[in-house]
Amino acid sequence: MSIKLGVPSKGRLMEKTFDWFGARGVTLARTGSEREYSGIVEGVENVELILLSAGEIPRELAAGRIHLGVTGTDLIHEKIAGWDMQVEELAPLGFGFADLILAVPNVWADVNCLDDLDAVAAQFRAKHGFRLRIATKYHRLVREFLRENGVADYQLVDSQGATEGTVRNETAEAVADITTTGDTLRANHLKLLEDGLILKSQATLFRSRKAEISDADRKVLNTLCKTLKVD
Amino acid sequence: MSSRAAIRNEAARLRAGFETAGALPVETAILQPAEVLLDLYGEDIRARAYVTSDALRGEQMLRPDFTVPVVQMHMQHGATPARYTYAGEVFRRQEDDPDRANEYLQVGYEIFDKENPAEADAEVFARIRAGLGDLPLRAATGDIGVLLAAVTALRTTEQRRAALMRHIWRPRRFRALLDRFAGRTPPPASRAAFLAEDDPFGDAPQIGLRSRAEIEERIATLRADAVAEPIPEGDVLVIDSILNVRETMPHALARLHDITVDMPAIGTAVNRVEARMEALARCGVDVETLDFEASYGRSQMEYYDGFVFGFYSESRPDLPAVATGGRYDALTRVLGQGAEIPAVGGVIRPGLVVELGGGA
Repeated sequence: MSIKLGVPSKGRLMEKTFDWFGARGVTLARTGSEREYSGIVEGVENVELILLSAGEIPRELAAGRIHLGVTGTDLIHEKIAGWDMQVEELAPLGFGFADLILAVPNVWADVNCLDDLDAVAAQFRAKHGFRLRIATKYHRLVREFLRENGVADYQLVDSQGATEGTVRNETAEAVADITTTGDTLRANHLKLLEDGLILKSQATLFRSRKAEISDADRKVLNTLCKTLKVD
Repeated sequence: MSSRAAIRNEAARLRAGFETAGALPVETAILQPAEVLLDLYGEDIRARAYVTSDALRGEQMLRPDFTVPVVQMHMQHGATPARYTYAGEVFRRQEDDPDRANEYLQVGYEIFDKENPAEADAEVFARIRAGLGDLPLRAATGDIGVLLAAVTALRTTEQRRAALMRHIWRPRRFRALLDRFAGRTPPPASRAAFLAEDDPFGDAPQIGLRSRAEIEERIATLRADAVAEPIPEGDVLVIDSILNVRETMPHALARLHDITVDMPAIGTAVNRVEARMEALARCGVDVETLDFEASYGRSQMEYYDGFVFGFYSESRPDLPAVATGGRYDALTRVLGQGAEIPAVGGVIRPGLVVELGGGA
C-alpha cells in the first residue's frame, strides 16, 4: 500500500509543484519519455506520484482515489458540491494565482457594480426578449455568486475557451473567467466590476476526506506532512 | 426509511380523496421543456432541477413541480372553473444537503376560478389539511399580496417601484434597493463619479449586442434617478411594519387594519386577508390560533402573489414542509401571455406523511 499524490501532469503548474515539494525535501520527477505520464517520489517512502490533468484532480480527491492532490481552489469549489466535506485544504502553495471575476464591455459606462449589472439585465431582457448572457465555464460558482448578490434575468452560456472574445462575437454580453493580470480583458475591451470578484484562487495542496487509509499509510501521510511542514 | 409501496398507497389515498372532493385527475410529462422554466425562474432553477438534453428537443428538465405543466394544460383546453388533482414524482437537485430527497412524490389539488378567490383559498387550505388527517402539524400562512400592494402604492418614480417589484422575492436585494431609494444608504460611489463626467464613454469601442442607444437610455434614467426625491420615510415604515406582521390571524388582521390607516392603498389587499379568514372559519379552520406572517414564503415561493401556506412538523424540524401551497395568479399571467386565470393550489408530500406516521 502507499499514499497516492495527484499532481498536474504538465506545464508550469507541474514544474512549480515539483519545485515546491523539492524545496521541502521531497523530490518529484517524471520518468520515462517526455510523453509518458509516470513519475517517482524521493525523500519519503511509500508515496506514489499520480500525474493527472489539473481539472480531474478534484474528482479523484472527492472519489477518494487519491489521498493528496494539487490543484486550483477554483476547480475544487466549482467541481465538488459541499467541497469542504470532501476535501481538506492543507496548504496554499503560493503560485498559480488567478481570480475568477465578472467583466463587462468598457463601453458600458453605466455599469460598474453588480447592482448595475442586475438593472441592465432587466433592461436587456425587455429590449431583446432574452436574458442577458454571461459566458463562463464556472457555472456553479458564478450562479451561486449571482444568486447571493440578488442578480436576476441573466443566463449562463458555456464557454470552454477564448471566453473574452464572446462579447465581440455577440455570443454573450458579459463574461465570468479567470484572470491573472487583466491583460486579456483589456485587450478585448472588457472591464472588471468593482464588486465582481467571485473567487481568489491559487494552487493548493488538498487532502481527500474520502480516501480509505490503513494505519501504515496514515503513518506515511503524517511523515509526508511533517516533511512538507503542512501538519 | 418508509417503503415505496407505503408511500405510493398514501399518494393514491390522497389523490382519491381529492377526486371525491370533485377534482379531475390529470397527468403531466416528466420531461418538461427547459425553456419555459428557465424563463420563469431564471438561471437559479438549474441549481434546483435536473437538466438533460438531446440533439432534437434541446434542453429538458425533470419535472421540478406540477404547477407549470398543469397551468399550461388548463390554459390550452381547460374550462374555468376547474379543479384538478395529480400524484407523481418530482425531482429536485440537491447540492448542499445530502439528507434532502432528490426524488419524491407530490399529490396536488389546484383550483382555477375567477369568481371567489377567498373561498377558493380557504377550500384548498382545508382540503390539504383534511388530507393530512390528524397529524400534529403547525400551519403557517401569509399573503405576499399585501406587500405587493404597498410597493405599488409607494410615492416614488415608476422605475423605482418596478425595480422593487422585480425583487420582491429576493429579500436582500429588495432591502438594499429600498434603503437606497429612501436615502438611507448612498448610491454606489462609482455611479456619482461617471454621472459627473462629460463624456463617460471615453474611447471605448462599441462591442456586443447592447447598443449605444440602450446605454444612453440607462444613463438618462440614472440621471433622473439621481435627482428624484427619496421615498417618504412614512412609506418605508409602512413596508417595514408589513414585513414585521407575525401573529395569530385575528391580531395580524387588526395590525394590518392599523397599517392601512397610514397607507389606504393596501386596503383592498387587507380586505382580501379578512375575507379569506372568514372563508377559512366557514371551512372549519380554527382561525383564532392560525399563524399569519406577512412575509411568509417570500424567499422560497416565487410567483406566489397572494395567499401562501405550509404545514410543518414541530417534532421534526429537520424535515421540510409536509405540505405547501398558495395563490399564483402571476404565474398564469406570465404563462398566458397576458391572459390571466386566478389559480390557487397546494401539494402534500406523502413520503413525509408516512414518515411521520400519518396516512391510512
